[in-house]
Amino acid sequence: MRLLLNKIVLLLSTVSALIGLAFLAWILFTLVGKGLSSLHFSLFLNDLIDGGLRNLIVGQFIMAGIASLIGIPLGMMAGIYLQEYGSGRYVRLIRDLSDIMMSAPSIVIGAFVYAIVVVPMHGTSGIAGSIALSIMMIPIVINTTDNMLSLVPRELREAGIALGASKYRVILDIIIKAAKVGIMTGLLLSFARIIGETAPLLFTSETSNYFSVDLTEAYPSLTVSIYALANDPTSSSRDLAWAASFILTMMVLMINLLGRYITRKKG
Amino acid sequence: MEKLFKTVSFMSATLVMILLASIFISLFNSAKPAIEEFGFGFIAGKEWGVEVPIENPVSTVVATTAEKKVEVKPAENDNSLESMLGGGNDDIPMRTIFGGFIPIVGTLLSTLIAMAFALPIAMGIAVFLAEIAPKQISNVVGIAIELLAAIPSIIFGMWGLFYFAPIVQSFVGGYQVSLLTAGLVLGVMILPFMAAITRDSMRTTPDVLKESAYALGATKFEVIKDIIFPYSKAGIIGSVILALGRALGETMAVAFLIGSVFSLPSSINSPTVSIPVAMANSFGEATGMKTSALFYLAFLLFIISFAVISIAKFYFLRKDK
Repeated sequence: MRLLLNKIVLLLSTVSALIGLAFLAWILFTLVGKGLSSLHFSLFLNDLIDGGLRNLIVGQFIMAGIASLIGIPLGMMAGIYLQEYGSGRYVRLIRDLSDIMMSAPSIVIGAFVYAIVVVPMHGTSGIAGSIALSIMMIPIVINTTDNMLSLVPRELREAGIALGASKYRVILDIIIKAAKVGIMTGLLLSFARIIGETAPLLFTSETSNYFSVDLTEAYPSLTVSIYALANDPTSSSRDLAWAASFILTMMVLMINLLGRYITRKKG
Repeated sequence: MEKLFKTVSFMSATLVMILLASIFISLFNSAKPAIEEFGFGFIAGKEWGVEVPIENPVSTVVATTAEKKVEVKPAENDNSLESMLGGGNDDIPMRTIFGGFIPIVGTLLSTLIAMAFALPIAMGIAVFLAEIAPKQISNVVGIAIELLAAIPSIIFGMWGLFYFAPIVQSFVGGYQVSLLTAGLVLGVMILPFMAAITRDSMRTTPDVLKESAYALGATKFEVIKDIIFPYSKAGIIGSVILALGRALGETMAVAFLIGSVFSLPSSINSPTVSIPVAMANSFGEATGMKTSALFYLAFLLFIISFAVISIAKFYFLRKDK
């Protein structure tokens, strides 16, 4: 009886794992099937107004890139503070708040940026979209930096200080270098996370049919356009949405796998 | 230089607090007109965007409405636009009322369905990864599950609408866009997240404990039930609550499937709306009081998820315990 129960439970658990894998396979097969059949090289050469995706892909990368330029330095500096400078209750408070912010609903971040950027600027803009994404990114970068720095052995710090280096030199030249691989992986994963975001962009950057480098106006976004295209009843729009989804997912998964590969190779 | 570096890092850390505080304040400020207008009754209000006359003594309102209707009708042919514009607004001041009951209920119910669906499967996957599978398989399956977690939520929404919902519909009938399909797709989406963090909690169980139990003749199931679950209980509950928090605030996976209809679902397979979806679909073209009402919803969602995540983090997942 005990052994039978044991077998049943182990079987159920294995079946659960198979269900999880089946969902992954189902989604990926759908994406590859629908995506590849709609994918065409000209999609990368034309803008949405001419039935292509070029402006959307570039726009999404530019916004995620600017968000990284804002979010990575701020997040890393904050992580450095938590691990190297601060102590006691204040550190615990910031760590907790950062964890909460990491799980805050992304649409709420969008609403916040709408209130503080879009309303004063009288319109949606690439800047607003980038800021929304950077707010999503900061707590993730803090978490990564914090965790990775905590793995650096104490002796390294002491050795640096003993050599007479000032603390920030020790941090930049020794500690960050020692934690480089882990931090790089974390940064790649956080980039992968924000580049696939839709909700914070819906009413901050919106999207645009045209190629644009002017960040003060509505800015082309791949994800927001996927939402619009998928809700469009014409089949050509839907095909385009599938092609865009395929490209988006491949980008996100590639960045993810790259991050894992770096860790595995060096670690 | 040292001082500058330290100051910048301190300010970056403090920025987190400032950001959270300003999210709270700015949402509250933007919601203020709606909070003043509708008060706490907003939470129980079932009307969304319905025009009602401003409260006058009832008899007068009815009388003027009746008069007005009689008056307006013949004029309609001559100057319909003017009469339409003047129709409701001339004598009877109208106001639009907004209540959050439907999206709040929609959010809670879709999350409930998602949790009911995802919880058993996620536990099974976590047990499989942490205890059953050989290391090699556990690693590969683990990466696959984490990749599933990395897929953008909008992809879950599209796949759910075009591929998953029709199958669900063929089994249970009803509409393709419904509370049920939205909840299930939401469940598929939080499944890998829940499984991954639950697995991590289970792995904190010391090997010594497990081996002692095996040495006493316990089966794998008994070790899982009597050793691993009790030991990592707090971590598992915390992980589940964290997944719940994520489901509450999820927008895109639900937006494709819930139907975005402001009515209470008459059954599990009829469409309704949730807070994030109401915002996603109405925010763009909203003005005035409607925008404020949406901010009120955002404010409520922020507070709910703040509370849920705090409980998970501080009560169950205390790192420095």
